[in-house]
Amino acid sequence: MNFSWFYKLGSPKWFYSITTPWIKPIGILSLALIIIAFVWGLAYAPADYLQGNSYRIIFIHVPSAFLAESIYCMLAFCAFLFFIWRVKLTDVFLESLAPIGASFCLLALVTGAIWGKPTWGTWWVWDARLTSMLILLFLYLGIIAFRQAATSRKNADRGCAILAVIGAINIPIIKFSVDWWNTLHQGATLKITGASTIATEMLYPLLLSIVAFYLFFIFVLLLRVRNNLLLRESKTKWVNSLFIPN
Amino acid sequence: MTVLHRQRLYIVLFFILGICIAITLAIVALKDNVNHYFTPTQIANNQIPLNKKIRGGGIVVPGSIQRSTDSLNTNFIISDGVNSVKVAYEGILPDLFTENSASVVVGYVNTQGVFIAKEVLAKHDSYYMPKEVKQAMDKAKESISKQINR
Repeated sequence: MNFSWFYKLGSPKWFYSITTPWIKPIGILSLALIIIAFVWGLAYAPADYLQGNSYRIIFIHVPSAFLAESIYCMLAFCAFLFFIWRVKLTDVFLESLAPIGASFCLLALVTGAIWGKPTWGTWWVWDARLTSMLILLFLYLGIIAFRQAATSRKNADRGCAILAVIGAINIPIIKFSVDWWNTLHQGATLKITGASTIATEMLYPLLLSIVAFYLFFIFVLLLRVRNNLLLRESKTKWVNSLFIPN
Repeated sequence: MTVLHRQRLYIVLFFILGICIAITLAIVALKDNVNHYFTPTQIANNQIPLNKKIRGGGIVVPGSIQRSTDSLNTNFIISDGVNSVKVAYEGILPDLFTENSASVVVGYVNTQGVFIAKEVLAKHDSYYMPKEVKQAMDKAKESISKQINR
């Protein structure tokens, strides 16, 4: 098999120049959509019949939890490509994704705790869903900490890649924990197959919020990746030509 | 794919396979311990440690909630549709604790088979809807059941 096209795909210079015009539109669009989704969800969506207004944290909690998991999937995929084929750019993504994923994971845990106190009667329980989500946060923190502790960038990239690939086993455990075991956390409300168990007046702002959060993630990711690219390639001609007018 | 790439691929696959086996074994070994609570059937069949702190979970049976007038004592029954367990609790109940809703109780089962709860948690289901929709649905259900009873 010939994979040479694969290697050309991720030239740093090419990536940097092609993403430049995209930063602003994505950033503005994502912030606008977040504002619309929040106003819609927090002010206009009807209150829940049982939980009243406290359910509204769903508009932050669910998108954050989705992102925390999908970012890890992306992280593990990049780590896999990097470790075996040393595909260019995947190491930069590996470095840039971890702090973003950790932030969303923390946000999901904190908003969940705030919702849990009035709804369940407790901030925290050690059920399978909550515990596996906490492990995800520790995996993210471990990947970040390993990079800080490694003696060289080469070691850091390789170590983080192995850690990320191994940690991917946690993702299906998080997803299916509510089906496999008795947990205090309820089962999935949004379903890809079959009907979602949420009224449409609440579903639409939630879906909009999810789209807005994903766009915001792409925006932050592009910023981080571009910054890390410049740092890593700071000694190359193309980076220098960006800053020194010829 | 060069020899080096293939080697690295095998190393990673070997790692993943090993970890998968380890996690599967751990989960199988833990089995019931990973479950957050015991069901009333498990409690009725004595599949639980006596006089040891455990969690039980089930639906609060309608009409079974007895609140004491002069203290925070509450007695109720939780059921999983097959078996049921009496629960005695002293303390403040969460807002979502109502008849017909799922509840998780933390405490121990005494020799009389009564669950002495130190903590009561309300489990939320995965349904979200406005009050009007809920009322409309309840009305529809009522009229259907009336028609059946006729």
